[in-house]
This record gives sequence, C-alpha cells and structure tokens, in this order.
Amino acid sequence: MKIRRRDFLKGAAAGGLLLAADQSPAQARRSRKELPPNAVGILYDSTLCIGCKVCEYACKQANNKPVEHANPKEPMWDDPQDLSAKTLNVIKRYGVDGPKDSLAGFAFIKRHCMHCLDPACVSACPVSALVKNPDNGVVTYNKKACIGCRYCQVACPYNIPKFEWNSPFPEIVKCQMCAHLLAKGGISACCAACPTGASLFGPVEKLRTEAKRRLGMSPGEYYDFPVANIDSTEVQQHRAGDYVKHVYGAQELGGSQVLYLAGVPFASLGLPDLPDDSYVALADGIQYAIYKGMVYPIVVLGGLIYIIRNREEKKE
Amino acid sequence: MQEERQALGGKVLTVPFMVCAAIVLIGLFFIGKRFIFGIGSVSNMNDGYPWGIWIAYDVVVGTALACAGYSIALIVYVFNKGEYSPLVRPALMTSMFGYTLAGVSVIFDIGRYWQGYNIFLPWFSNLHSVMFEVALCIGTYILVLWMEFAPALLEKFKADKLQARLNRVIFVFIALGILLPTMHQSSLGTMMLMAGHKLSPLWWSGFLPLLFLITAVVIGYAAVIFESLIAAISFNRPMEMHLLSKISAVMPWLLGLYLVIRIEDVNLRGYLPLAFDGGLQGNMFLLENLLLLTALLILAYPNNRQSPRLLFIASCAMLLGGSMYRFNTYIVGFDPGTGWRYFPSVPELFITFGIIAAEVMAYLWFVKTVPVLPKLKKA
Repeated sequence: MKIRRRDFLKGAAAGGLLLAADQSPAQARRSRKELPPNAVGILYDSTLCIGCKVCEYACKQANNKPVEHANPKEPMWDDPQDLSAKTLNVIKRYGVDGPKDSLAGFAFIKRHCMHCLDPACVSACPVSALVKNPDNGVVTYNKKACIGCRYCQVACPYNIPKFEWNSPFPEIVKCQMCAHLLAKGGISACCAACPTGASLFGPVEKLRTEAKRRLGMSPGEYYDFPVANIDSTEVQQHRAGDYVKHVYGAQELGGSQVLYLAGVPFASLGLPDLPDDSYVALADGIQYAIYKGMVYPIVVLGGLIYIIRNREEKKE
Repeated sequence: MQEERQALGGKVLTVPFMVCAAIVLIGLFFIGKRFIFGIGSVSNMNDGYPWGIWIAYDVVVGTALACAGYSIALIVYVFNKGEYSPLVRPALMTSMFGYTLAGVSVIFDIGRYWQGYNIFLPWFSNLHSVMFEVALCIGTYILVLWMEFAPALLEKFKADKLQARLNRVIFVFIALGILLPTMHQSSLGTMMLMAGHKLSPLWWSGFLPLLFLITAVVIGYAAVIFESLIAAISFNRPMEMHLLSKISAVMPWLLGLYLVIRIEDVNLRGYLPLAFDGGLQGNMFLLENLLLLTALLILAYPNNRQSPRLLFIASCAMLLGGSMYRFNTYIVGFDPGTGWRYFPSVPELFITFGIIAAEVMAYLWFVKTVPVLPKLKKA
C-alpha cells in the first residue's frame, strides 16, 4: 500500500488536532495518588503551639544546620524569619493588634515540607534526586543525583525546597522528616522536642482520625492530647481551641502527610487556598497523553523520514 | 544541493566584532565569579524566584529565536516548498548558535553542573519529569543541528567524500530536526503548568504546550525575515523579498489561530478582567497580545507584505510579542507570594549580554568564512 504525502499530512494534522483537544485540562488529568501503606506524618495544631521554637532548635541539632541571624549586623540568637537553606523548620507568628476584647491576638504556624501524596518536586526532578519513599511516603533528597536545576523550587506549591545560593557547591535543602532518625526507629526531632503536643508525629491514618476528633471537641472544655508521638502513652490535658472546621492538608492538591489545625483562617497563616487536584496530575496527564510509550513521536519521526527521503530521492 | 552558496569574505575583526568581544569578556569575568563564589554572588535569583533571565531569556526565549531552522525546515521539507531552500542554511546556522549557547548557559545556571551528565544516566532519569524530556530533547537537538549544518563546513574544507557519505543519511537528521523542536518547544510550556497557583491565570492554562509550540513557529519565521533583511542591509546584498513576502502570507493565519486560543482561553476561564486592572501583569498581557495583533494587521494585507519596511516592523512585533509571552510565563506572571521580588542584577545581565554577543560574533565570523548565504548571480 502506498501512502500519499498529502494523505499522511492530513492524518498528521488531524492527529495534532485530536491531541490538542485531548489537552483540555479535565480529560488529561490522571487519577489521584493513594496514601502509602505505612505513611507517617505530622499533625500540627496551631491552637496548642506556644511559640517556644524548641522545635527549630531540635531540627537544627538533628540536621546539622547552622544558626541564622535575621539582622547580621546585630547577631543575637538563632532567629530565622522564614525557611532557608539553613532552616528546615520554622515557627511563624500571625498577629492582629487591637484592644483586648476585640479579635486581636496571635497564632503560630509551623512551616516545613508537607510530604505531599503527589509531590510536585518529585515529579519535576529530572534526575530522581527527590523521591517519595513508597513505604512511609517521606520525600527525601539525594545530592549525588541532583544537578541543581531548581525546577523543584518552581514546582513546589508551598515554596519549601531551598537552594544554597552562596555556595560554589550548592545543595537543595528541605525537611526530610528526619528520615535518618526514622530509619533507627525514632521520630522527627521537632515532634520529639515539642512540649505541648502541638507537633504530633504518627501514622497518617491515625493523625487524620485524631484531627477529626479535635474538630468535634467543644471549645473551652478540657480534653486529653497526646504528646510527641500519637502512639505514645504521654498525654496532656488542654482546653480545646475554637477550631476552623477544616483540616489543612487533608485534601489540598491531593493531600499531604503533614496536617494542620488552626483557630484562625489558614490563608492568614500563609497557607494558600488550593484546589483538591494537584497540578502534577494535570501536567503528568498531558505529558502522558503525548508521550505514552513514545508512540506518537516514533510515528511522527517515521512519517517525516519517509517524506524527506522520498523527496531527496526524487531530486537525484 | 542545487543552489550555490558563498562565503562573503572580507575582514573578520571589524569594530562591531571587537565591541562584542569586549562584552563577552565582561560576561566571562562574571561567569568566573559565579563558579568561585556561587550563583548568589552574581545573580538576584532567590528561593522565591529560582529561575531568572538565564532560563527565561537564554533558554526559553533564546531557543525560540533559534527556531528559524525548525520553521524553515518545516516549510521546505514537510510542505515541499523547495523554492525556500536559499533560506535554509542561514536559518540553520542561527539555530545552531542559539541552541548551542542556550545549552552553554544552562551549564552555569544549574547549581551542580559537575554532575549535570546525570541527566543522561538511565538509572537517574525520571520519565515523569517534563524537565527531563526538555533537557534530553534539547541536548540531542544541538547535536542534530551541527549534523544538519555540517555540509556547509565540509564544503568549506572541501571534504567531498565525507560530504557524500553524510548526504546519504542526512534525511534522518532533517527528520529529527523537525520532530525534536516540536517536542521540546511545546514542553517548555508544559513545564510551567506545574507552577500552578504561583503562575497568574493570565498565563497558567492547559493550553500552555500548544501556545508555546505556536510561538516557537511564529518567532522562528519572524527571525528568518528579520535576519534576512538585516543581512541584506549590512552586507549590501539584494533583499530576498519574493521569498519573504510569500512566507509572511502564512503568518496572519498562525497569528489569528494563536490570538483566538490565547484570548478565548483566558476569557472562558473568567480571568480576562485581570488584564485591565492596570497592574504590571495585566499590562504585560495586553502588550504582548497587542504586538502580535499589530503584526497580524500589517501582514493581513498582501500589499504590505511587499514592503521591506512594513515586513521588518511586523517581524519585530512578532519577535517581541512572542518573546514577551514566553518571558512573562516564566518571570512576570510568576509570583511565589510571601513578598519575594526579582529583578536581574547587573552581573547577571552581563552574562546574558555576553551570550548574545558571542552569538553575533559567531554569526559574523561564519557568514564571512563559511558558505552560508546564497551566491549572488553576476549581473
């Protein structure tokens, strides 16, 4: 059978249009990712946090990170203003000034990697330097693979990965949930250090149940709150906070293994309002539709070679 | 090949050449500084804006400007318009330089350049990564471009046997030279899909890959027209108006298709009002589209396409408008929130200027010493 040039071009054009149509976001999106079998995570409860920052100290100790001065001219103590290449975990304060009996007050938020179920950084990384552990779901970094392209920074919806801008041999720096301590049967340093149970380590399934339990509490009443590890027996009694009825991280961009509870709107704590479907699922879906098994590219290449060769032969 | 080409000859070390050399030297100084003290010592890039002009201009805009070879190959080889073949070699050459220098600038942009080859090691590769596809594709395409251009160099060194052998397999490289840009130019758009809410809805769209592909072709043709007119003026050669006006007849259709998708996409998602809020992002959106609309309006009239002046203005509008779309997608439309700001530093700019100057130098040197431009018939 002889395929005529014109017919091939028509076919190719139709294919291209189909492909373009296929790219409409809703269709191209691939399905959501499930929670890994032994997923561990952190439940941070802003209403329990007293802002002591001992978790910041513990984090630096556990991960060998140097102190950081917000004002280098007057160095006093470690006072990071935000996450950086020296700070993997930070407590930030949100405040409203005003008379005492108004809505004035403050709340704390603890920022570090969310360990997403469908991490953008992992999907973005061209050399698999960032990987999600298939068993416990922790997202770790391998500097031996990393080429320093910083696509993970562009891709991360929470701006978590940081880069050592002032080093000739820079690395990407981010919270790895103290994977080195987990490997020895321990828990994340920040949770182990937290005196009030505001940072609680545990299997994600149990943390989700615990978060739901807290949302059902009546504000002002005393309840038991586990400390450090949800599986531990250490419990403290606290008055329940007036929770915003939402667990941040349960649904956002397909969900994450770090969950947040708070008494003020999450947006004012710097946690963006995000859709339930991850951007990764969309980008992956489009990429997959075009490059599945490299079928389209190989067919197109075959067609091109056929056309060009035919033409060159005719010329001779 | 039937058409005859010639090296222009003449002095290489002209004043413009020396000015470019000086800029390259300044650029090299700052590149040296970057390798000793880190990227932060020369660049204003930061953890909020991890990509600056080295990616947005040198790679994303630079490779589009270097799509001249791709666009012309598409017309000559796929749509079988042999009459355009005089434009092939100069177009391929600018593509070769553009892509090669984009590849070079990636080396000093990536932080851990000494293990950059990891991207070619199968046990590290992440097939899900758009960046992986783009990097592999651009890397291969640089090699393909040199192979496509090799006949000109072999002609210069009179390596006839080698040339005959290459000519027998060159169709494979020509085919790859059309496939690879189609892949990575669209993927440069897919890349920013991942930025999600950090990219303004004026640019973030499921149509990013398609719009990036169209702008690559538009910018590619505009670069051919621009380059051909500039070369004619500076080397005192007749203008190739018969070819240029014919190519530009395609442009209104391409531009029309692009603008309809671009505007309707934003409109259907309900974000068009953002364009008129008077902010930087809205204004840049309007500007990039107005530039392309201007080109469309000029080129829509056949008479205008005969005028070198209007053709030149239209090609500039397309180059600017298309480049702005890409630049905005990577920098202006990108806002990581929480107060991050980015404006390139002087050393950072000089490294990019150095790249551009190196490209101009290579162009001047090659057209004078290698048979690239079509031979003029004796009057």
